[in-house]
Amino acid sequence: MLKLGGAATLASMASALRPRATAAQGWNQAAFSGKSLDEIVKALGGSGYAPTKAVSWGATPDIAENGAAVQVSVSSALPRTQSIAIVIEKNPGPLAAQFEVPPGTDPAVVTRFKMAQTSNVHAVVKADGKYFVSTREIRVTFGGCG
Amino acid sequence: MGDPTRIRASMQGDKVLVRILMTHEMESGQRKDADGKLVPAHFIREVSARHNGRPVLSAQWGPAVSKNPFLQFTFAGGKPGDKIQVSWVDSKGDTRSDETTIS
Repeated sequence: MLKLGGAATLASMASALRPRATAAQGWNQAAFSGKSLDEIVKALGGSGYAPTKAVSWGATPDIAENGAAVQVSVSSALPRTQSIAIVIEKNPGPLAAQFEVPPGTDPAVVTRFKMAQTSNVHAVVKADGKYFVSTREIRVTFGGCG
Repeated sequence: MGDPTRIRASMQGDKVLVRILMTHEMESGQRKDADGKLVPAHFIREVSARHNGRPVLSAQWGPAVSKNPFLQFTFAGGKPGDKIQVSWVDSKGDTRSDETTIS
């Protein structure tokens, strides 16, 4: 289903033709095929992003012994947070997950991810229409891309 | 179809804490089987959580979410007895929907 080479080529062609909006259009193939943070933010609908300190990483570990299940906890203090995406830079497909947060839901999620190796992990937060990124390195002592 | 999703929804002060454990292989498409052949990717792509029918969280996932995915979040406006429904669609088009009530 997801042959990475072909899918990436198709996706980059598609995104070159027309940038996709994010919400309510089904699974965002272009974003999940993106290879860099820049590509991914663009595919999510952003024209750029700024660093932020208004994201806290809760109980996210600095060192993960088991790369098969790294529990990542991200919470945004940015007003009008609309979505949160997790990008694991050194995974074969860096965009791991994207969450849409409607009003009334706390802009905070906890999920477990596979990490192939030690990597920077980015939380990409869309708040009031703009994109912000907070980055944290998670060291993996035993990779889990099996 | 897939196996049942375990959902716990409980009041934490005036908010509802939702903890979800789905049953899914979340095959990454990177792994090789005993014969050295690549196991095709098969993973949950879309997740939706609803409170009495109203969306409280929706997600798009790639194959990097761990096997038997765990998800936790909190929302306001729920009360004991209200329904929480969680559904997903995977990369082969399989779907699963389960519900619980807030305790």
